[in-house]
Amino acid sequence: MEQRTESPKEVLLEVKNLKKYFYSKSGFIKSNVQAIKAVDDVSFTIYKGETFGLVGESGCGKSTTGRTIIRLYDVTDGDVIFDGANLSQMTQSQIRPYRKRIQMIFQDPYASLNARMTVGDIIGESLDIHHLAKGKERQEIIWNLLERVGLSKEHANRYPHEFSGGQRQRIGIARSLAVNPDFIICDEPISALDVSIQAQVVNMLQDLQKEMGLTYLFIAHDLSMVKHISDRIGVMYLGKLVEVASSDELYDNPKHPYTQALLSAIPIPDPDVAKNSHRIVLEGDVPSPMNPPSGCRFRTRCRYAMDICSKVEPVLVEIEPGHFSACHLNKNSEGVSFQETVQND
Amino acid sequence: MADKLLEVKNLKTSFFTHVGEVQAVRGVDFDLKAGEALGIVGESGSGKSVTSLSLMQLLQYPGTIKEGSILFEGDEIVTKSVKEMRRIRGNDIAMIFQDPMTSLNPVYTIGDQIMEAILEHQDVTKHQAREKAIKMLELVGIPSPEKRIDNYPHEFSGGMRQRAMIAIALSCEPKLLIADEPTTALDVTIQAQILELMKELKEKINTAIILITHDLGVVADLCSRIIVMYGGLIMEEGTVEDIFYEPKHPYTMGLLKSVPKLNNDKRERLVPIDGTPPDLIKPPTGCPFYARCQYSMKICQEQQPPFFSAGKGHRSACWLMHEDAPKVEGYSKTFKREVSHGTTD
Repeated sequence: MEQRTESPKEVLLEVKNLKKYFYSKSGFIKSNVQAIKAVDDVSFTIYKGETFGLVGESGCGKSTTGRTIIRLYDVTDGDVIFDGANLSQMTQSQIRPYRKRIQMIFQDPYASLNARMTVGDIIGESLDIHHLAKGKERQEIIWNLLERVGLSKEHANRYPHEFSGGQRQRIGIARSLAVNPDFIICDEPISALDVSIQAQVVNMLQDLQKEMGLTYLFIAHDLSMVKHISDRIGVMYLGKLVEVASSDELYDNPKHPYTQALLSAIPIPDPDVAKNSHRIVLEGDVPSPMNPPSGCRFRTRCRYAMDICSKVEPVLVEIEPGHFSACHLNKNSEGVSFQETVQND
Repeated sequence: MADKLLEVKNLKTSFFTHVGEVQAVRGVDFDLKAGEALGIVGESGSGKSVTSLSLMQLLQYPGTIKEGSILFEGDEIVTKSVKEMRRIRGNDIAMIFQDPMTSLNPVYTIGDQIMEAILEHQDVTKHQAREKAIKMLELVGIPSPEKRIDNYPHEFSGGMRQRAMIAIALSCEPKLLIADEPTTALDVTIQAQILELMKELKEKINTAIILITHDLGVVADLCSRIIVMYGGLIMEEGTVEDIFYEPKHPYTMGLLKSVPKLNNDKRERLVPIDGTPPDLIKPPTGCPFYARCQYSMKICQEQQPPFFSAGKGHRSACWLMHEDAPKVEGYSKTFKREVSHGTTD
């Protein structure tokens, strides 16, 4: 069972108005620079010891958000405050000590391990970089980590190609644990794995969290798995965070039309439920982030789109304690809709 | 009732690679009635895709059908010449693949590719073929098909490409449509669109469908009968209700338990299947699931279990179904029906 702390929560990571734009150049004679707003003004908080899930379809900016937090990408604008320190403007050498505390697990267990290094060296590399251990001690740490993720110490001398997908993902996890991090960004850690192996890895991540007091940012597109592992969930659409709530609340009581559609789109492995449930099928595709719709970005596919949606961009409002949604339809706890608050200001 | 459209008997397909013979499919038999929707579920390496490629005779070197027969409308397919196969492929049996980007030709327009199938199999003029192609695009829900027909694949989004693939596949009104992971590469909301479309088309044109997937949620809604494959063999076959509510094979039970349930508010820990799938170069002599099965007995390692009937049309290849098998906890409680000895017809 999951233990959930109701006591005062300590903030570990605060993301404030984070923006990450990529620029694409086109045109041969007259160069034409266009901004792709991959992450556009996203704010959220992650508390110590919890798992924060980030879901959305491809191109919504969930992976970019994760990579920008750890500064694999430079921040275009906004703040990333980790344990009181603002990472967004630090130089590479300033950020190095924080890299030890924030680690990342990647999606593709085939591409994220160096094929020319032994498993032992892959795991030990971060120990070397941060000068944490040498010689026998380093070896002990590597062996310990391998056993911790369900492999054995004999595996340290082998190369990544000798392992299956699930085992490689375990190696990736062992690597991230080597420096004793506080916070791990899991970027679709199970999407590339088979169903029966996914459960192995998820259970392991949960055990490690309990044992080592880790905090996770869990990025995925598989909503049922995200619900299973997360305490709170943020839903992203086209670079924007559209809804944030505790995971049960989000699934039982989704407020944003996009979240509602996303939830109803999940194929349910239960024939009776599947036959009786009515799917909200969204029309069309996700618009291009180069030229997003005006106002609310979801309005082109929204069933409830109104006049105001094309003119005013809705912001995240706390509509119930701990439940935020960015939609003109939502009313806050006093029953005032966002539309009215805008007019009163 | 309708006659058997397809009958597969003891199909064995191997790949003769330089490291040895990979026995991808090791004796599979099943049949399909006209207009029926059959789901084949399994993880990577279970042989589900190779089975479907064998049906289409699309196996690439070094893969060959070693043994067995495939009767399509009573006609043997395995011994057909390349020329004869061309007349069947696309006309009587059509196929859609997982990745719509690589299965469409990037240098021809969408219209050309639909017309190619029509012109190959039907006695029509180019003009009539174009008319038909526009109609097909309209059928699969592509807006303004008269304009879109002259687009190239790169101008279509992922969901639209898969729609175009379905249009090509259905253009000659095939009797059997094989869909190999048709929605795996798509986002959830787009997946929902494609699944709705396939459901709608199934009712409209009464094509038999074989849906191959690893996602139990996808088959629950669309198919009436399910085959569960593992290690190149069929583990269990039954109606959707049989498979989801009264699974009789430990592998099926494991698969169902390893996916999180959305409506489950209490966070039960996932039950993973330990270990990894068998190596098909040296397939186990006994049950392929032996090494990962929690109920494994001595006989499981030595002898491949035959099919035991668990009711009409429901069969499972597990020694636990044998009348002399010990009653084990966890397994026996799912028995709701009398277990009869012997195999299904």
